[in-house]
Amino acid sequence: MTALAADRRTRRPFRLAVPPVSGVLRPRLILVCAALVLAVCLLLCWGVAIGDYPVSFPDVVKALAGSGDPGTVLVVQELRLPRALTGLLVGVAFGISGALFQTMTRNPLASPDMIGLTEGAGTAVVAGIVLGWDGGLGIQTLGLLGALGTALLVYLLAWKNGATGYRIILVGIGVSWMCTSATDYLLARGRQFEAQAALGWLVGNLNGRTWSQVDTLALTMVVLVPMALATGRWLRTLQLGDDVAAGLGTPVRTARLVLMLVGVGLIAFGTAAAGPVAFVALAAPQIAQRLAGTAWPPLVASGLTGALVVLGSDLVAREVIPGTELPVGIVTGVVGAPVLLWLLIRTNRAGSGG
Amino acid sequence: MNRRRSLRPVLLCVLLALLLTALCLLSIALGAVSIPPGQALRALFGHPDSQLTQNIIWSARVPRTALGLAAGAALGLSGALMQALTRNPLADPGILGVSAGAAFGIVLAIAVLGVGSLYGYVWFAFAGALAASVVVFVLGRSGRSGATPVKLALAGVAVTSLLFSLTNAIVLTDPDALNRYRFWSVGSLADQDSDVVLRILPFLGVGALLALAMAPALNSLALGDDVAASLGRRLHLVRLQGVTAVMLLTGAAVAVIGPVVFLGLVVPHIARILSQYAGIGPDNRWLLPLSAVLAPCLLLAADIVGRMVDRPVEIQAGALVAFIGGPFFIALVRRRKLAEV
Amino acid sequence: MTSTEPGPQLTASGLHLAYDNRLVVENLDLAVPAGAVTAIVGANACGKSTLLRALARLLAPRQGVVQLDGRALHSIPTRELAQRLGILPQTPVAPEGLTVIDLVSRGRSPHQTWWRQWSEADERAVREALEETDLTDLADRAVDELSGGQRQRAWIAMAVAQGTPVLLLDEPTTYLDLAHQIDVLDLITDLNRRENRTVVMVLHDLNQACRYADHIVAMKSGRIVAEGPPAEVITAATVEDVFDLRCQVITDPVSNTPLIIPMGRHLGAIPAPVSR
Repeated sequence: MTALAADRRTRRPFRLAVPPVSGVLRPRLILVCAALVLAVCLLLCWGVAIGDYPVSFPDVVKALAGSGDPGTVLVVQELRLPRALTGLLVGVAFGISGALFQTMTRNPLASPDMIGLTEGAGTAVVAGIVLGWDGGLGIQTLGLLGALGTALLVYLLAWKNGATGYRIILVGIGVSWMCTSATDYLLARGRQFEAQAALGWLVGNLNGRTWSQVDTLALTMVVLVPMALATGRWLRTLQLGDDVAAGLGTPVRTARLVLMLVGVGLIAFGTAAAGPVAFVALAAPQIAQRLAGTAWPPLVASGLTGALVVLGSDLVAREVIPGTELPVGIVTGVVGAPVLLWLLIRTNRAGSGG
Repeated sequence: MNRRRSLRPVLLCVLLALLLTALCLLSIALGAVSIPPGQALRALFGHPDSQLTQNIIWSARVPRTALGLAAGAALGLSGALMQALTRNPLADPGILGVSAGAAFGIVLAIAVLGVGSLYGYVWFAFAGALAASVVVFVLGRSGRSGATPVKLALAGVAVTSLLFSLTNAIVLTDPDALNRYRFWSVGSLADQDSDVVLRILPFLGVGALLALAMAPALNSLALGDDVAASLGRRLHLVRLQGVTAVMLLTGAAVAVIGPVVFLGLVVPHIARILSQYAGIGPDNRWLLPLSAVLAPCLLLAADIVGRMVDRPVEIQAGALVAFIGGPFFIALVRRRKLAEV
Repeated sequence: MTSTEPGPQLTASGLHLAYDNRLVVENLDLAVPAGAVTAIVGANACGKSTLLRALARLLAPRQGVVQLDGRALHSIPTRELAQRLGILPQTPVAPEGLTVIDLVSRGRSPHQTWWRQWSEADERAVREALEETDLTDLADRAVDELSGGQRQRAWIAMAVAQGTPVLLLDEPTTYLDLAHQIDVLDLITDLNRRENRTVVMVLHDLNQACRYADHIVAMKSGRIVAEGPPAEVITAATVEDVFDLRCQVITDPVSNTPLIIPMGRHLGAIPAPVSR
């Protein structure tokens, strides 16, 4: 009997009813979400406070309200806050998207960046930088068009009297190889400073993020995140298999389509804002699931965990090498690997690995 | 009817041999300076028309073609081997972390150790590739059931992402490393030392021998671990042998020409379809050599196209392999000709 | 087994079922007796699972129609259908770590809306389902930690919580050892007797079908070969026709239903006629 099993015995969900509304509350999940919200707020303030121009916590709070030294207000509101908020929103978007994909495919190793759209975003951005094919559009728009365009391409190529999940993944693999090759070719062909700029975006980066990134991302998430949360019931039945879900009254085809659209939308807009930040979509839902003690990746907790991972990694990326600011994607790539290995070892020990 | 059917594999071999020979000749003849086939043949057989022709053919074209042959065969062979070992038709030889290891080796050599020579990095790339795949194999072997396909793949993803992140960290801060890395990363047969093939040939040879020798074991492995064990295969040894072969073949090839591992993913599928047409079932004793012959065809074809399409500017073969092989792969997926996982 | 109102009428008429271009079931008519346990039997690949999936609306018929209480299945809204008809597919898989009570609670989703996610009725239904399947003590255990028989009971509890008058089960006893098979079949009998639920199940064990079913549907190559109470349908001739198996049929001394004694190549010469 593991500690987790004993835990389940004592922390059964309970019903809360204020007629005609009623719902299920899981104590541990609520606690974990509250803790995550606190941690995220802390990291947000911390991220705003540090930098070349250190600002103390009380000054941060004052500057957020608009009062205090004008220089501090400028730094906080125009430079630091957009960056921190972008990191927060990207983390939430990637976390929720990853949770959706993993629940839909019933596979804890599924990740939305396996279907080619992050590679497509990369190709579009590098083409814009190296070839100048940007038509006046900014990097963010290019990345978005690349991601959405690739998603559409994959879907169309996989369509043959309907698109099964398996075929989408296979076509996604083919398309992502082609995009990766195109990106590598462009990086080799471009001049050095172009390659450097492009690579800086490709690893996932929060440097120089402005309010335009925050606004676009916030706007889309206001639409997509409630949609994701509303599909909670569908997710709960889809976990049990398509047939059982259909028997329980879930419109399986519609549900899968909606979930995929929301998942793709979140990843596409998140990638457009900060580049393809590695590992967040894969690891955040798994970490959230284990923290909350549920048998499936909980949506809200996954989003909050994603935000925690991105903000935390950004802090590390900025501070680990004094004098340089590393891109956030490098830290998530380095830290994500041990997390994945830990998942691997856990499933090995439980005997279900491989 | 039986005799006609048993002739088909022979026909296939003959056709492929002809195709490969033709591509080799084209590769020698075509390029920024086009040499008529007659001249090319004469130069090959020791009667060059001019010193210039002699130089071009023997110092540039022949080594390049030989590299395409050797590296292509290595990647095709290791791809087929990897797919058989992991029973996963979507495996490419890079999943053991070879590409990431090679990349890391290169940038480490340049940024940290200050290796300046354009050709010195190859050994570091090879060492990095070997080290990475050893780590992946050891990690994948941890736990009860040994190095099962899923665990190997997971370990590969983890190590690959770690190494690529570290690689990116280095190249973003060191311009020399970035330059060397990006030219290597696209995958090219050009700009190589003319005797680099000879240097990696021993490793490729050993790897190929190991790979081809284990074809019967792979056939048993395809039936599942339990059945294979009951047929007398020692799973740990088989996997060890397989991973060693993949390490040597892919590591050496990738260190020189770059991570053109998509070749190892798509060629075995083409080989499977061809062997179906030839009336041979999924038999690794055919699939391995078939992949080893088909892959250089694709690689050389990509290289030739890359040289000719925008003369005298070259498009690297690595980029074109994905652009030729990718649509092929997608067409296979649509026709459900892909082996189901 | 009397009821004051007519039970649910599940019928199929002129059913043609196919996968891609392969016709599996051809021109099939079936009227499932309400309030009874029906077993569909037949050799492998005779179309019995396909028929069950069509009855559950998991497979759209190429031709013909399945009707529930006179309404075509495809015209009934998904939620409403899920409240009237429940299906348990073959070897369902639950996510690792899902508890029994969570699994059983999923059965209530056809009755829930986004604002009424957990009502009194839901709570009661789950509690009763756990009691009926004798899983109350195991409610907080993870489904994948249970034995095969307990796991199957948990899935049946989910179907019970769903509260549907019709229950379709696809090979509910596969991969279970004999004791657990009998356990599950007894549970299904309870569900039928206590609440008059109509049960249709695909079974591969002919003797169990005879024992536990009121009505047997024998299929071969996509057609119904024989239909009726076990005593009428299961004869040596029918078994040989449907299963290509020579046998003797005697009466089960425990349940008074037909008991098939197969003859193979090594045992049993063709017997003199045995009185039943």
